[in-house]
Parts: sequence; structure tokens; C-alpha cells
Amino acid sequence: MSAPATRVPPAEGASAHDHPQSANPETQFRHDAAVKSADLVHREIIRKNMESYDVGHMKGRSRFLDWEAAREACQAIKREAINHLDKYLLQFEENVTARGGHVFWAANSEEARKYIADLAVKHAVKTVVKSKSMVTEEIELSAALEKVGCTVWETDLGEYIVQLRHEPPYHIVTPAMHLNRTQIAELFRDKLGEPDLPEDPQKLVAAARRKLRKAFFAAEMGISGANFLVADVGAVAISTNEGNGRLTTSLPRIHVAVTGIEKVIPRLENLATLWPVLATSGTGQPVTTYGTLVGGARRAGEVDGPEEFHVVLVDNGRSSLLGHPEEREVLHCIRCGACLNICPVYRHIGGHTYGTTYPGPIGAVLTPHLRGRQFEHLSYATSLCGACTTVCPVKIDLHHHLLHNRRDFMKAGHGKTGERLQFRLWRAAMLNPKLYAMGGWLTRKGLRAIYGLGLSGSPFDPLRAWNRKRSTLPVARQSFREQWRKGLGNGR
Amino acid sequence: MLKSLAMPRKVSLFVPCFVDQLLPEVAVDTVTVLRRIGWEVEFREAQTCCGQPAFNTGYWDDARPCAERFVRVFEGAEVIVCPSGSCTTMLRNFYPELLKESPMRSEALAMGQRTYELSEFLVKVAGVIDVGAVFPHTVTYHAACHGLRELHLQQEPLALLRAVQGLKLVEMARHEECCGFGGTFATKFADISSAMGQSKAENVVASGAEYVTAIDPSCLMHVQGMLEKNKFAAKAIHLASILASQGAGA
Repeated sequence: MSAPATRVPPAEGASAHDHPQSANPETQFRHDAAVKSADLVHREIIRKNMESYDVGHMKGRSRFLDWEAAREACQAIKREAINHLDKYLLQFEENVTARGGHVFWAANSEEARKYIADLAVKHAVKTVVKSKSMVTEEIELSAALEKVGCTVWETDLGEYIVQLRHEPPYHIVTPAMHLNRTQIAELFRDKLGEPDLPEDPQKLVAAARRKLRKAFFAAEMGISGANFLVADVGAVAISTNEGNGRLTTSLPRIHVAVTGIEKVIPRLENLATLWPVLATSGTGQPVTTYGTLVGGARRAGEVDGPEEFHVVLVDNGRSSLLGHPEEREVLHCIRCGACLNICPVYRHIGGHTYGTTYPGPIGAVLTPHLRGRQFEHLSYATSLCGACTTVCPVKIDLHHHLLHNRRDFMKAGHGKTGERLQFRLWRAAMLNPKLYAMGGWLTRKGLRAIYGLGLSGSPFDPLRAWNRKRSTLPVARQSFREQWRKGLGNGR
Repeated sequence: MLKSLAMPRKVSLFVPCFVDQLLPEVAVDTVTVLRRIGWEVEFREAQTCCGQPAFNTGYWDDARPCAERFVRVFEGAEVIVCPSGSCTTMLRNFYPELLKESPMRSEALAMGQRTYELSEFLVKVAGVIDVGAVFPHTVTYHAACHGLRELHLQQEPLALLRAVQGLKLVEMARHEECCGFGGTFATKFADISSAMGQSKAENVVASGAEYVTAIDPSCLMHVQGMLEKNKFAAKAIHLASILASQGAGA
């Protein structure tokens, strides 16, 4: 059994990341955005994949008698859960512990990583299988496990593909969305030691399965995420399509579920609402192929299941959002990916460009809160079109939160000095109509002169940022107010 | 018509600052349409910018005095009409939040309720769908974001377009997707913005339309910039300019 490559993105030669790495996330973002938005092959792959999602999503929504009512019901459930997070998390813990499970509260990534790595060392774990989990990406768990000598296998097909490419997931639901079957076939021929693999999806899946089955049977530890933590029964709810979630949670001796504290829901019956809405928003399916509820380790008399069950509840900045009156609803997110799929910015720059675990609109809102000031640019890298808000299944007011983030960042003095000054001058002009009219007149004169010299888009052009990417901005000879004064105002 | 007869039949024009300076024909055409359907138009020259650029960029403390001033300038105006969904959104949807703690909040709220985007005004207030326009061209409609998702205007502009003599309306792919303008986003992240504009321009061309129209001049300015950059023959034209047209071309 060959070990999968370790996850140290990005690797040399990996096509999605063939660029220099910058220490500054904003510089890196700008660079990658420029490269990706001009990459027409990428745009075409994403367009095709997103269009098939769009069709599935719309079809899925049409299965609901009242999709809006379903969204509202989901919003109400999550609101109740988040507003009483303390109560439901404790109830969840109590129920898990009562059946012999272990619950670990991790304040940050480091605590979570250490707990799981220690567990692996204690049980002499050599092989770890993982089912899909974005929180394990967030806390960079795989690298920590590799450090203590474990071989880590991603078992979700898309995750396995990006792991083989030394890449982080491209998308929170469909991690390898940016690749077509030709690229995947090439990758598998190269990495799986099967040089004759055809470009046939079924054969490619079978090849991955041959590798992964061996890993499942060898693994001493299985790590899963959680879509929901059901408080009243103390169970972890997982939605998957490939069956890898069930194998991960039942075959290895130890099962560790790693998830964010915001995933708790009050009652088992809530799944009847949330599961179909999650599946519809995620992939357009009525429900996912597998819905798994894990309540604990194998009990006396049972024939299968792990010997130990651990749940790691990760805070990592979430509880500080809980104290934010405007934005706490961001914790309602069920990670369906719908806002990524509809986002025109995401469609043009792709998932990797964000440089974050959670990309797209939800990532642009959330990441500055979770990872701090150096990710604030993400709240600006959006046109505020609001498409995300219209599809969010739990009705998070995403694009207005972006607006609120911007306000808070500027209030905290994070604006660039030049820009602050510009707006101060702008404000002075706008508060004085004479100054405004004169400034406008002068600017137009100046611009017309610059354009007359053929300098549009050149470094001498004050509107270079606009003009270098578009045809020259039109500049009127006479403003409307001049025309109004010169007779238009007297017309009938 | 009874309802509109009972109204004062006078509107105060809110001309967005960039329309005033860069695209005055949009406002001129708005005046033409309003006068043609029998409404008197006033233009308060004390108006400047509603404050949206600063508001959107996060500089609420700079936007606020502009908003307060704006409310004072339009004091007493019975009906305010604006040929921009985005600037109307600023007044109606964002002023209440921006001026949450301002002594002028209630006036701002009331002003927002008296402010209409042009197509909204024509259909909902003036009660007119056929404004007597002639525009013998193929046109596709871009549902600009603020009009669509903040003001929920979709049927109004389409109804007006369908009533234009000679106009053939065709639908383009992804007509509800953002063109990439996004205010200061267009210059802060010009690469992303223009890539989005490129997709929009390509969709316009694929629709076979000669013109793409919308209720937001800023988006049209962006789309026009992308169309021209690509040397595509299709042109961007504001709804007001189509409605003002009474002949062969625009």
C-alpha cells in the first residue's frame, strides 16, 4: 500500500497553484485572483459544473411545496440552537458521556490537534482514515497526525483527489470541482501506480476504491466531521454520498468526530427539516445517499462499531461571534455551499484563491472574524450583489454582513491612509454643492485633456484602475446641472 | 389614472452624482419621459451625492453627513424620482441604518418612502406602462442587483420595455448575475470586476441583442466599458433613454 502524499499545499507543479507564495494573504489573493479570473479553461470547467449544479438545485427546490417556508423553518431551528448554544451543547455532552463517549472542548486549533494527536500516540495509531470534514482542514489536523507518524487517508473521493494533488479542497462540498476527468485520470495514472487507467469515471472510482478499501481495513482511527450534533439524543449526524462516512465511523477501533460548536441542533426531529434542505442546497438531492447517526462506541452485545468514540468540539473564534449582536447568525451556517455556487466572484476566481478553509461569501464574512485582520480584504472582494443571501437555506443576510464588516474595519481604523484622506476630501466636496460642481468641472476638463493625449489607462490617468480594464470612461462635456441651467430646466 | 390625477403631478429629480458628471443624457432622458407623461420636473441644484460610495466602502462617518444633508435638500419634495436602482436603494434601504442614531432618522425614513426608481415610479405611481416610446431594436434586459434584490423590481422595467413600439425583447443567459461593477469594488479589485463584466458582455452578445438595458447607469457604464473593450457591436443603454426615444436610433 503506497502512502498518499502529505498535505502541504501547494506543491510544485500542481497546476492550480503554480505561482509564488506570498506571506501576505491579500497580496496572494490579488495575485491569484488576477491569474484565475483570466484562466479561461478554469472558467469553463467551473461554468459547466456550476450549471449542472444550478439545474439540480432548482429541480431539488421544486420538490418542496414551499421552499421559502422550509428556509424559514431551518432558520428558526438554527436560531434556537445558537441562541441557546450553552444549553444544547451541554445536553449533547451529557448524552454522549452517558453512553461512554468522550467530549473534548477545544478552544482553538492547537488544543484540538493536540488532543487528537495524543490520542493517536496513546493507541499507537499508524493509519488514519478521514471522511470529509472542513473543520479538520480549519485546524490543519492531517499535518499534525503525520507529524506523530500516522498515514492519513482522505476517503471522500474529491478530498482524496485534492490530497493526491497536495491541494486544499477547492470547494466545501465538492472539493475537486475544478478538475475535469482528463486531469483526474492523469493524476490517478501517475499517483496510483495504474498507468493504463482509462478516462472512464467508473474505472477511476474503482481505482480509488481499491486503494481506499485497504486503508479502511488497516486504519486504527477514523476521523469524521459532523453536519449536525443532535442534543436531545447525543448523536452526531453525518450526510454523505459515497459510504465512506459509514466505513470511517464504524470500521476503525477509534472514531473521532471533529466539528464546530455551532453545529448543535436541539432535537432529533429537526433533522427531518434540515437534512433535505441541506441536501437540496448542497447538491440538489432530496436527501444524501447516506444519513448516518452515531451515538457512541460499540456496546456489549453489538457486533460492530468502534471501541472508543470521541467528539472534539472546536471553538476557534466562534464564541466571539456569538457575542456579536449583528453577526451571530453567521453561526447558523450549515456549510451547504449554495452561496459559493451562486457567487459570481467565486465562479470567476475559484475556491483556492480565497486562501481560506471557507471560501465564497460565507468565507468572506466569517474568515476575518476567525483569522483576523489580514483577511479583511475578503469582505471587500465582492460586488455586494446579494445573490448569496437569496439562496442561503438558513437565511443568513450574507451581503449585508459584508457591508457591516467593512464598516467595522474602517471604524477600527484599518483603512489605508490615502483612501481615508480621499473620502475625507470627497465628503468635503459633497457637503458643498459649489465645490462639488467646480471639482466635477475641473476633473472632467482634466480627464478630457488626458484622454485627448491618448493617455487613458496609462500611469498618468487618475482613472487608471478603471480604464486599464475597460474602454475609457465616458466624460460628459456638460454636466446635467449645467444643461439644466442652460435651458433644460425651462422646458416643459 | 384616477390615483395619479389625485397626486400633485410634480416630481423632484434625484440625479446620481456620476450621472450628473459622466452620463448626463440618462437624466436628460428621464426628464423627457417624465414631461411626456405630463409630470412637472424640478431639479434641486443643491443636491450632490447620496453618500453610497463612502457607505459601501465602510466609511460610514463620512457618508452620514452627506446623507443628512441630502435629506435636508429634499425636504418638502412630495415625490422623488431617480434613474438608478442602486441610489434609490441607498435612500430607501440604507439610510435608515446609516442614520440609525441621527436626529434625522425619521425624516430619512419618510423620504425613502417617497423616493422611487424611475421604472417603479412610472408603473406604480404614475400608472403608466406605455410612455409613447419607439425603439425598433433588439434589446436584452440585465436585472441589476440593487434593483432586483434590494428593491425587488423586475416586472416594472420589463413591462415598460414590452410596451415600447418596435422593440424586440430577448432574454440573455444569467440575466440576474451581477455585471461585476460593485461600486469601489470595480477599482479595488479591477481584475475580478472586469472578468465578471467580460462574462456579462459575452452573454449580451450571445443573446443576439443590439442593446443591453437596465435600470442602473453604473452597471451599464461597466458593461459598456467591457463591450467596447472587446469591440463588440452591442451597446449598453439606460432604460430612460429607450423610453425617451421616439425614432430609429438612440
